[in-house]
Amino acid sequence: MDIHVVAPLASPAERSAVDAVLDPEIGPPVSGWRGGARTTADGHAARGGHEARGRRDLLLPALHAVQERIGWISQPALGYICRRLTVPPAEAYGVATFYAMFATRERPPIVAHVCDDIACRLSGAEETCAELERTIGPAGTPAATADGTASTWLRSPCLGLCERAPAALFTVAGETPRAFEAAPVDAIGIAARLRGASRARGPEADVRAIVPQAGDPALRLLARVGRIDPTSLAAYRASGGYEGLARALEIGPVATIEEVTASRLLGRGGAAFPTGRKWAAVASQPAQPHYLVCNADESEPGTFKDRVLLEHDPFAVIEGMTIEAFATGASRGYLYLRAEYPLAATRVAAAIAAARSAGLLGPDVAGSGFAFDIELRRGAGAYICGEETALFESIEGGRGEPRNKPPFPVEVGLFGRPTAINNVETLVNVPLILRDGAAAFAAVGTEGSSGPKLFCLSGHVARPGVYEVPFGTTLRELLDIAGGAPGGRTIRVILLGGAAGTFIGPEALDTPLTFEGTRAIGAALGSGVVMVFDETDDLVGTLRRIAAFFRDESCGQCVPCRVGTVRQEELLARLAAGRPRGSTADEVGLLREIGQAMRDASICGLGQTASSAIESALRVGVVTV
Amino acid sequence: MTAEADIARIPFEPPARPSHPPVPPPAVERPPVELTIDGRAVAVPAGSTILDACRAQGIDTPTLCYVENLTPVNVCRICVVEVAGSRTLVPACSRPAEAGMDVQTDSERVRLSRKMVLEFLGSSVDVSLAGPREPDGSIAAYAARYGADPSRYGDAAAPAAADERDARESGHHHPAAGEPTAATVSQPVKVDNELYVRDYSRCILCYKCVEACGVDAQNTFAIAVAGRGFDARISTEWNVGLPDSACVYCGNCIGVCPTGALMFRSEHEMRAAGTWDESAQTVTETICPYCGVGCALTLHVQDNSIVKVSSPMDSSVTDGHLCVKGRFGFEFVQNREG
Repeated sequence: MDIHVVAPLASPAERSAVDAVLDPEIGPPVSGWRGGARTTADGHAARGGHEARGRRDLLLPALHAVQERIGWISQPALGYICRRLTVPPAEAYGVATFYAMFATRERPPIVAHVCDDIACRLSGAEETCAELERTIGPAGTPAATADGTASTWLRSPCLGLCERAPAALFTVAGETPRAFEAAPVDAIGIAARLRGASRARGPEADVRAIVPQAGDPALRLLARVGRIDPTSLAAYRASGGYEGLARALEIGPVATIEEVTASRLLGRGGAAFPTGRKWAAVASQPAQPHYLVCNADESEPGTFKDRVLLEHDPFAVIEGMTIEAFATGASRGYLYLRAEYPLAATRVAAAIAAARSAGLLGPDVAGSGFAFDIELRRGAGAYICGEETALFESIEGGRGEPRNKPPFPVEVGLFGRPTAINNVETLVNVPLILRDGAAAFAAVGTEGSSGPKLFCLSGHVARPGVYEVPFGTTLRELLDIAGGAPGGRTIRVILLGGAAGTFIGPEALDTPLTFEGTRAIGAALGSGVVMVFDETDDLVGTLRRIAAFFRDESCGQCVPCRVGTVRQEELLARLAAGRPRGSTADEVGLLREIGQAMRDASICGLGQTASSAIESALRVGVVTV
Repeated sequence: MTAEADIARIPFEPPARPSHPPVPPPAVERPPVELTIDGRAVAVPAGSTILDACRAQGIDTPTLCYVENLTPVNVCRICVVEVAGSRTLVPACSRPAEAGMDVQTDSERVRLSRKMVLEFLGSSVDVSLAGPREPDGSIAAYAARYGADPSRYGDAAAPAAADERDARESGHHHPAAGEPTAATVSQPVKVDNELYVRDYSRCILCYKCVEACGVDAQNTFAIAVAGRGFDARISTEWNVGLPDSACVYCGNCIGVCPTGALMFRSEHEMRAAGTWDESAQTVTETICPYCGVGCALTLHVQDNSIVKVSSPMDSSVTDGHLCVKGRFGFEFVQNREG
C-alpha cells in the first residue's frame, strides 16, 4: 500500500491523544513508517504493516481522540493516524470529512451544537439561533471566553432531547474532554456556558420530565427508570436483572431462540423484522466468527427512547446483548452509539466495565464457559450510520455508505461475517421474554404486534417524554396519557415515525398503534415518534427543515438520493416563496416523481423514505400549496 | 559386497517427465440459471448478472458507473430493473441473476427512475461527454428515449469558485435567501500538472477513478471520496494538488472515467482550442516498448500526432490499465529534435 504522508509531524498533544487509543491495541509505533522516530533500520519498508492495517477499525476512535483533545483534526494529526494505522491519507481524509462532528478545519475547542431540528423548532430554536447570530455572530464565528479559550456555536440536527426542547450539546476539547447537554436552554443560557460561567453538566433533569410515567408499577421496559440507580449492578440484579440470562444459559441457545421466536418480538428500530428469525438465521451460518451489534445510533429526528434506556437502564441493554450473543454464537459484540449522547456513553461504558468485573462479560460469562465481550463504539454525527450496513462500514473505519443488499447482514455483515444487529429497545425486551416466558410477553399487545412499546412524544403535547403502552393502544389514548394538546389548543396534525415517517391528520386519532394498524392507514410506526403540531405551528417551515435534513444527511453515494434530496428541498423552497415553476400542480407532480424515483431506485432506506413525510403532508392536506 | 556399494552402483534415473503439464481438476459444471426477462424465458450461465442476461438478449440497458474491468458499485442507478417480489428496483449491473427471477426492464417504474436519474445528473453535472460516444449509446440518446428534461429544475446556480466545494463541511447547510436555483457541481477545471486535468464539473461520482486508483488496479490510493451528500467529491488528501499527492500518474483513472471529468491535458487543451476532432483520429494498436511486460497500447492519432493513449479492456496483459510510461510516455515519439 502506498502511504504518502506530506504533512509535517503532528504536535506532541496530537500524537499522545492518538497513542492513548492505539497503544493498548496495536502497541507503540515500531518505526518511522508507523509514526515513531525514524531510524537507520527503517529504510522504506512498512514494517508491521499488516498488524496495523488489520486494525483499520480503530480509525474512528483515533479521529475522536484528536477531535476531543484539540477540537479539530489537523493535517499533521491525520497524517500521524495514517502512518500508525497504515491508512492512505486520501481515504482517511474521506472518512474524516464524512462525519459532521469531525472538524478538518480549525475550530474553537468549545462548541455549542444548537439543535434546530423539528421538535426544537416548535420550541423556538430558530429564535434562539437568530439571537445567537445577533449576540455572538453567525454560526461558526469564534468568540472569546472569560479564560481566553475560544468558543463558537453551530447548528445541529436532532440531538434526541426532544422532550426537553430546545436543546444544545456542548463539547469542550482538552486534556480532559467533556461533553454535556443542556435542555431546555435559550440563547442566554448557551452564551453563558460558552463564556465559561458553567462548563459542566448541570444537575440531572427530573426523571419525570423525561419519563412522566416513571414509578408506575405496570411498566416493564421502563420499570427501572427513576427507581434504581442506573450505575449500580447490584441494584440491577436486585430488581430482577440477569434472571433472563440465567434462564437462557439454563435452556441453551436453541431453546432461547425458540423462546424469542415464540414471543413474536418484532424489531423496534423501524423495520419491524421478526427478531427470532434474524437470530436463527445468524445462528445457522457456517461462517465464523459471528458478530453481534447493538444499533444505538438513534438519530431519527424526534426519537429519544433508546437514549432513555441507555441512560437509565444500561445493564438491561447489556443483558439483552449477552443473551443474543449466547443464542447466535457470537463472542464479540459492538454497541454503536451516536456521538450526541455523552451521558449514555458514560453510563454504558461504566456498565460494561462493571459487568466485566462481575464476570457477566468476558471469557466465562456467569461461570457458564460461554465467552462474550462488548466494545463501545461511537459514531461521529451521521444519521445514515443508523442504517445497518452503513453502521458496519463506520465500525470498520470507513465512510458510512450503505452496502447493496443482498447479501443481508445475517450472511455478510460486520467484517464480512454473519452479524445479528438489533435496536436498543428490541434488546431490552429480550431479558423480559426470557425471564417471564414468551407466552407472558405475547399476552401483551396484539396478534401482529406483541409486547409493550415505547413512544417518543414531543412537540405540542402537555407532557412530552417517553411513554410505555401495550401495542394496540390508540393514538388518542396515548395522547390522553400525555395530557393532550396544551393550553386548550387543538391538534392539527401528528408526525408519526419521525422525519422518515408520515403526517397523519386528527381523523386518524383512533388508529391502534400497532405495526398492522398504522400500515392500514398508509403510515408506519417507525421508531415510535409521535410529534404533535397544533394550529399555531409553521408546517411549511417544518417540511423545509425535513427536506434540509435529508439533503444534509444523504451519504451522497447514489444519484437518486444525492440529487433527489436537493431537488426536493429546492422545490419546497419555491413553493414556500410562492414562486412555483409553472403551476403549483406541476410542482406537486414533479415532487411526486422525485419521491417515486428516490423510493424505487435509492440504495438504502434513507433515500427510500426521504420524501415520505413531505408527500404525506400534501396528501392529508395539512399544507396547502 | 556391502549394501552401500550396491546403492552406489545403481544409476540415478530421474522420473519420466510428464508428456503434458498437470491438468487442473475438471471445473464443476454449474447448470445455467433460468429466469424471465420481459416475459421471455431465458437461460444464462451461472454467475451472470441481470445486466449480462439483458445484454445477451440484446436489451439495451443504460449504464454509467459500470465498467467491465472494475467491481460494480451500483451507485448511478440508471441500470435499475424491476424484479417481481422486490419492494424496490434492483441494479442490473451487480445483482446476480437467480433462478425463477421475473425481470421487467421497461416497466413504468423502471422508465421513471431512469428518466429521473438522467434528469438529476443532467441538471447538476455537465454530462455532455458522458457515456459511449456512439450515437445510440450516448446520454443524449438515452435522455430522448426516457423523456428526460433536466431543465425542469430551474436555472442552474452560479458555478462554485475554485476549491470552494472542496472546503464544504458535512452536516448543516444554509440555504441561500431568495429564489432557489438548481444546485450544480460546476467549478473551474483543476489543472495542476502536465499530464492530465480534473474537470469535476463533469463528475457524476461513479467511484470508477477511486476504484482504479485503489485495490481494483493501481493500489496507490491517491484519491478517495470526501465530504457527504451533494457535497461529496473526489479528493486527494486535504485536496492537495496532484504533484503533492500520492498520485503516480498511471492515468488509470482517466481510462475508466465515463464522463470526461478526467482527461489527458493534450485532449483538454485541444478541446479548449476547438481542434479536438474525434472523427479525424485514427487508432493504432501496438505494444508498449518501455519494459518487458508487453502492455497493449491503443494510440489515438490526430494530424500525425499522438493525442492520447489507452489500452483495450479485453487485453489479458493490462485489463485496460497502464503505467505512467505507457500512458504518458508517448512524447518521445513526437520529439523531432535530435
